[in-house]
Amino acid sequence: MLQSYAFIGILAVVAFGFAVAGLIAAWLVSPKKPNPIKNDTYECGIQTFGDTWVQFKAQYYLFALIFVIFDVEAVFLFPWAVAYRQLGFYAVVEAILFILILVGGLLYAWRKGALDWQ
Amino acid sequence: MGFVADLFRNLGAAFVGWLSGFLPPWAVALVNDVAVALLLLTLALLIVLYVIWFERKAIARVQDRLGPNRAGPAGLLQNLADAMKLLIKESITPSGADRWVYNLAPILSVFAAIMLLAVVPFGAGLIGEDLNVGVLYIVAMGSLGSMAVLMAGWGSNNKYALLGGFRVVAQLLSYEIPMVLAMLSPVLLAGTLSMQGVVAAQAGGRWFGVLMPAAFLIYLVSAVAETGRSPFDLLEAESELVAGFHIEYSGMKFAWFYLAEFMNTFTLSAVATTLFFGGWLGPFVDRAPVLGVVYFAIKVSIIYALFTWFRATLPRVRIDQLMAFAWKVLVPGALANLLLVAVLAKLPLPDLLNSLLILAANVALILTGLGMIGRSLRLQTQRRLAQG
Repeated sequence: MLQSYAFIGILAVVAFGFAVAGLIAAWLVSPKKPNPIKNDTYECGIQTFGDTWVQFKAQYYLFALIFVIFDVEAVFLFPWAVAYRQLGFYAVVEAILFILILVGGLLYAWRKGALDWQ
Repeated sequence: MGFVADLFRNLGAAFVGWLSGFLPPWAVALVNDVAVALLLLTLALLIVLYVIWFERKAIARVQDRLGPNRAGPAGLLQNLADAMKLLIKESITPSGADRWVYNLAPILSVFAAIMLLAVVPFGAGLIGEDLNVGVLYIVAMGSLGSMAVLMAGWGSNNKYALLGGFRVVAQLLSYEIPMVLAMLSPVLLAGTLSMQGVVAAQAGGRWFGVLMPAAFLIYLVSAVAETGRSPFDLLEAESELVAGFHIEYSGMKFAWFYLAEFMNTFTLSAVATTLFFGGWLGPFVDRAPVLGVVYFAIKVSIIYALFTWFRATLPRVRIDQLMAFAWKVLVPGALANLLLVAVLAKLPLPDLLNSLLILAANVALILTGLGMIGRSLRLQTQRRLAQG
């Protein structure tokens, strides 16, 4: 069981090593001639003004919240789906109720206009 | 003949046998794992080189151009030349960038893309590691890729990049839900999360994609959005955000994002093949397992060609359309599909009748969905006309 993750661990080391090695190789062979104008952030050729980390739309929060709800739902549904064949009809009905409650939440968000991008 | 019939596994067994001659068992396992990891990495890079070449050629043909045709036969070495060029390009770090986040983002992006390949079954027994939570592993590693894109947007100290980062949060998270829910229905029917288990459950031509076309379509659309490809390439929309999250990346760091994007597209095609089209299964595959690799390659190529076709022909969607499509069409569709399959598969009926019922319900779901989209679009147009 646990041994099968040994390969994942080794692959993680190889993958990370490969990604870092590529950047190091590029760093070794590429020219390094920075100057203030070149290092300026790009904004259509004009000089940047103001802070980059601006306040962003609250709408992103709404979607993030709905996402969290449904992601947690998916986490709960995965074990149910795996065990589905051994479950009795009652367990299936229970899962359906669970999904329907969340569908209710989605409908509520929909009616409230949380899903409309302004 | 017997050796060729199961060529790759026999080669692997011969390698392990040769190692066992002079190494203790734990070292054999270690060397074998490292060899497989390196093999997977090399394979991934070769696949990406070929896949990018194919995509450039195909899109060029759609646009009535020739595409790359100078470097190597039919331009096959073009991507190698591009990689060399990017390697020796200066890597410019914008002033004020969050250095750790900025430099870690491309590394994490490639890392996640390679890690995904660990559970892709290329043939019978040809899988990095057949984890018993394979499907969940794919979802988890896929999220890591979104994380990398967000880090790139945040760390660049650039407004366009930051806007791209915000859109990533909105888009990738929204489309992850329908994708995960669509992946649940094959898991439900197979009763396992292991990728080889899902393939085995589709033996005898009982492909889940044929059985549940609605689930496959939802997965397909979400996969295009998850890889951030056209028509869902809002996170790097060049006409609005110039290049989006990777605007401040140059040289090898840009190459990493490019590599990861195509690797992810390949992996999601491979996952679609595995979950919905029987993976490496095909005629005579039990007698000559080496054929499985061929079937797998053909199926993945077809799905990848589909992705390329989308990219070549469809215009980009607006962000409000994008979000509305995810939450008002795909999520309810995926939930309805899951409910229908869960109820119908539990009915005490013969297998064939059960499968036909699921198929009928799926077709009905697709038709209802399309009808509702059409109606809503007509209503919108009428409203707009009434307003003048």
